[in-house]
Amino acid sequence: MYRGREGMWSWILHRVTGLGILLFLAIHIVDIYLLGWPDLFNKLLFFYRHPVFRVGEVFLAAAALYHALNGIRIMLVDFWVEGTRFHRQIFWAQMVLFLLIWIPASLWMLSPVVFGR
Amino acid sequence: MYAGRERPTGGFELFAWFFMRISGLVLIILVLGHLAIMHVIHTVDEIDFDFVARRWGSPFWRTYDLVMLWLALLHGLNGLRMAIDDYVHRRGWRVVSLAALAVIGFVLLAMGTQIILTFEAPTGQMASGLP
Repeated sequence: MYRGREGMWSWILHRVTGLGILLFLAIHIVDIYLLGWPDLFNKLLFFYRHPVFRVGEVFLAAAALYHALNGIRIMLVDFWVEGTRFHRQIFWAQMVLFLLIWIPASLWMLSPVVFGR
Repeated sequence: MYAGRERPTGGFELFAWFFMRISGLVLIILVLGHLAIMHVIHTVDEIDFDFVARRWGSPFWRTYDLVMLWLALLHGLNGLRMAIDDYVHRRGWRVVSLAALAVIGFVLLAMGTQIILTFEAPTGQMASGLP
């Protein structure tokens, strides 16, 4: 059973997070290129400091963290004989680990926006 | 199918399969390190032109960023190439989308590489100490 189970969802999330990170990377290369014009670069920073982007930043971190952890699972399945047997258990362990890292990190990252740290 | 794509038998696709795994492993360290430093320890409120100028005063961080740029972009472009392979079936659209991918990818790689290698902090504005 592949469809609708952990294997399918992990694959969809891997693709969506990967493409999302690539889109941000393209934007990030362009913004860093603007370092050639220091005043323009500093002027445009308001965009990344806007509360809407600060929330986006937390989701970007989520995408990178999920993609990294799921990438480790893919490599375990590819290179470790037992990986195929336990791929479902590894997936749920990975999701618990994801929340344990992402929730505190998000609260920390958003605290300046919410409490003006 | 529990994981990534089935291992190809040879040629470029086998090379790409290994590249995704090896670059992925290195990127886990580089990207999560980058996120931790720039978005958790520091915040976007602190990062400005002077911050980057100080940071790129160090050859270590320039090298770090250059390696991360190349691995992340090639990893991402190859991922998009596989998505195009999966969803774009008409021959004409495949040629157009893969050509666009190659051109945009090359331009982004060139822009990123140029700014990392040729960036010069304005003299007199450099402060000591690394972020």
